[in-house]
Amino acid sequence: MSSIETTGHDSAHSSFDTKPIWRTFWILLGITLVELTLATIHMKTEWPSKYVLNGIYLILTCAKAFYIIAEFMHLRHEIKNMIMTIAVPACLFIWFIIAFLWDGASYNQLRNRYDRHYAEKVQAPKEVPAEKPGKPE
Amino acid sequence: MAQAVPAGQKWWSGGKSPFNVEYGKLMMWYFLMSDSFTFGAFLISYGSIRFATNGWPNPNEVFRAFPGFGETNLPLVFVSLMTFILIMSSVTMVLAVAAGHNGDQKKVTFYMILTILGGLAFLSCQAWEWTHLRVDEGAWWGVNPFHNADGTKATTNFTNFFFTITGFHGFHVFSGVVINVIMLIKNLRGDFVRRGHYLMIEKAGLYWHFVDLVWVFVFTCFYLL
Repeated sequence: MSSIETTGHDSAHSSFDTKPIWRTFWILLGITLVELTLATIHMKTEWPSKYVLNGIYLILTCAKAFYIIAEFMHLRHEIKNMIMTIAVPACLFIWFIIAFLWDGASYNQLRNRYDRHYAEKVQAPKEVPAEKPGKPE
Repeated sequence: MAQAVPAGQKWWSGGKSPFNVEYGKLMMWYFLMSDSFTFGAFLISYGSIRFATNGWPNPNEVFRAFPGFGETNLPLVFVSLMTFILIMSSVTMVLAVAAGHNGDQKKVTFYMILTILGGLAFLSCQAWEWTHLRVDEGAWWGVNPFHNADGTKATTNFTNFFFTITGFHGFHVFSGVVINVIMLIKNLRGDFVRRGHYLMIEKAGLYWHFVDLVWVFVFTCFYLL
């Protein structure tokens, strides 16, 4: 097997200079800091609503994942066929996430619909006394 | 961009690697893809359960401690430190790979040591966090002392998923550190110089970056959302 050649891998170090590495590092650090800033603003002011904030988090997380895979793991610099054998199966995640979160939400709805205790609690929230402490200290 | 391929290059006619990567590296990629589905299954089942549950603890109230500060309210600070440590050790790992490309044995040693130290620092942070949750808060598999954000009693799913997924990730970090130590020893013995290439460092690097990649998702799913 060792006789099968790969071109431009052992000899050329053209694509491996350290500048893009540090650029990627600053991008990752920057994105993380943005996430933390948003989380802190939300804690203090409740301003970006939790749903908007979660959407932003997910987009930023995917951006970070892209930079780690593309630059740190060097996938962006491989040949296209190779990239596709990784990227195409990973598309299964799109179905995977949507299907299972949808299923969870629908289970929740079904259970709430037939749970008498829950229905009463939602209809008359005042009648349920605050018996539970907020959080243990 | 993607590697430039000469026009009319016949990749599939034999004699050369059609993906232009070494066999072991390609298999590492496929292993990591399967591993990403393992982690994906964990995280998605966590999401699915969370969608199926009416209340959930607020992570900012659960994860608010920092070592040496006693009873404090510092949400997100400690986990940011852990994230920074892991990203930093990912950087030193790429620098080790780059040094390997240039055939610089000394630099590879230097950056591998830094990467290992980063991994150990991350593991220590996680050990502290687990100990804090277990001893000070009384949280463990099957025991959830935290209440939902709306004050109602929470299920134990929260702690079960937290310890299972961060534990599984921590075990990956641990095995990554072991692999890196083996690579460091092989480098010090001069194995890669004799072989003429540092592809083993690249494969270990792929694994190490994957660990960082998973942490990005764990960080979002448990500490932010």
